[in-house]
Amino acid sequence: MAHSPAIAMAKGRGAYRVLVQRKKLVLLALAVVLVLSVIADLGLGPARYSMHEVVRALMGSPEVSEQVSVVIWDIRMPVALMAVVVGAALSAAGAQMQTILNNPLASPFTLGISAAASFGASVALVFGIGFLPWAIDYIVSINALIMAMLAALFIHFMSQRRGVTVETIVLLGITLVFTFNALLALVQYLASEQALSAVVFWTMGSLTRATWPKLAITTAVVAISLPLFMRRAWALTALRLGDDKAASFGVNVRWVRLETMMVISLLAAVPVAFVGTIGFIGLVGPHIARMLVGEDQRYFLPASVLSGAAILSLTSVISKSIVPGTIFPIGIITALVGVPFLFSLIMSTRRRAW
Amino acid sequence: MVATLQLDQVGVRYGKQEVLSGVTTPALKGGEVTAVIGPNAAGKSSLFRRIAGLLDGPGDIRIDDVALKSGPSPVCYMPQDTSVNTVLTVYESVLLARKQGAPRKVSDEDLQEVDRVLFSLRIESIAFKGLNELSGGQRQLVSLAQVLVREPKILLLDEPTSALDLHRQVEVLALIRSLARERGICVVLAIHDLNQVLRVADRVMVIDAGTMVTCGPVETVITPALLQNIYRVDGRIERCSRLCPHVIIDGPLELA
Repeated sequence: MAHSPAIAMAKGRGAYRVLVQRKKLVLLALAVVLVLSVIADLGLGPARYSMHEVVRALMGSPEVSEQVSVVIWDIRMPVALMAVVVGAALSAAGAQMQTILNNPLASPFTLGISAAASFGASVALVFGIGFLPWAIDYIVSINALIMAMLAALFIHFMSQRRGVTVETIVLLGITLVFTFNALLALVQYLASEQALSAVVFWTMGSLTRATWPKLAITTAVVAISLPLFMRRAWALTALRLGDDKAASFGVNVRWVRLETMMVISLLAAVPVAFVGTIGFIGLVGPHIARMLVGEDQRYFLPASVLSGAAILSLTSVISKSIVPGTIFPIGIITALVGVPFLFSLIMSTRRRAW
Repeated sequence: MVATLQLDQVGVRYGKQEVLSGVTTPALKGGEVTAVIGPNAAGKSSLFRRIAGLLDGPGDIRIDDVALKSGPSPVCYMPQDTSVNTVLTVYESVLLARKQGAPRKVSDEDLQEVDRVLFSLRIESIAFKGLNELSGGQRQLVSLAQVLVREPKILLLDEPTSALDLHRQVEVLALIRSLARERGICVVLAIHDLNQVLRVADRVMVIDAGTMVTCGPVETVITPALLQNIYRVDGRIERCSRLCPHVIIDGPLELA
């Protein structure tokens, strides 16, 4: 036994405080990566600007020409910030889906929410049919949003049924993916050549569709959702110890799940509605966060948000750098970049990641 | 004030199927340890989950003479299944248990209580190991720490020592008993080892095939007749040289 219980016990507290400090440092490092990535993103495009120039333009320095300032603020800024906000939203949605469904495979993409959105968008692009006919300017986005919400609610209500396990939910999600992909293929088959190319481009996901109003809406959704999650941080972490344990700690398991799923459906649907299908962020972001800071939601959620935002922003940088002057659809690049990165993390960590 | 727990015609239903019925006890007082014994699948875990408010069913559960309502329960329950796949350290998981329904901010007092509980279970050395790196026995000790850190008044433990070595079993049961005595906690634990029951419990409840057979003082309940009727084993109860009663199994290895 230790010589002095008091000293031995104080050691535990000390070690815990060090652990918390380390997690805060990781969050800070992620934030720095994100900021650098956004600056690089603003500098890249048909005309390239140095980091120095971008920073000066952002500060409103009088030495920067009007033209540079317009390019950075009016053309590139909405796209660069959209990458940040969409990455944050998809990653937070994925993180909480994995938490409440207790499943490492859960994400907006794998549970069919993105596929549903693509189908909704394709109906608008090919047939010009809007599910809300009065909002003609936004019919593609609104169709996508409605289908995504329906899919999320369907998953939720099925998950509330008696005897439904986490495995059933994932199976259900996969059936949704197949169903909506089949419907999408059907729409594509019926589409004119011109509409077909629009659908294909939409399903690839592209940030170039970003505008200030879309950015504002997406930001508002994120800004409302994250505090709701943070308020439930202890309860959400407890869910990962199992329903029985969480309930025995006094967590109202059903209510926390319902509330969280509602928020997730909004978080997952809005970005997909505006920028198209961007896969893997919702899956990869939370896994990276989990490996870096563990699953205490007080750090896991911010880490998921930051890593998702950083990945999508870095992907945006890469999508502009491969062939100068050409911007590849970001949906293609996320998977190609995100997956090898996740793989290397999984292989290099000795601890079990799930 | 010590807490009391009293069950009146408590049962459990899964849908229309009744898996447990008619569990009635005298008032189980704080400071006492009640052991729940019976064959596998007799309904012990269902009873625990019912008392913890995780299952529905008929009957009244009264705590301090007030009927328990649905919703969050004042009872601390340690489930039998301790498997987890969460990326959390032991320390975080115990702190987490303490912070449920408490102010969001972690106070010094919270950390002191976590340290104290880890120390009392002698698991402070694994405090910063991941939950998914632990052995079965260690997981059980951590689960126990998670309920103890909540400073319970009523404590339900579903087979808390089933994965522990003999030394740890004796140690943990002694700790549970002394905590019950010192803090006036009403402890109800499911356990299969009758010799440990004889050592630790004040009272025994026997559950068999979905009903309560009896509930009373240890030495009047654990008898050769019980071994024969409930477990179909020939055995005796004898006192060792230090006068502790022990179950001794007679006869050949094969059952009759």
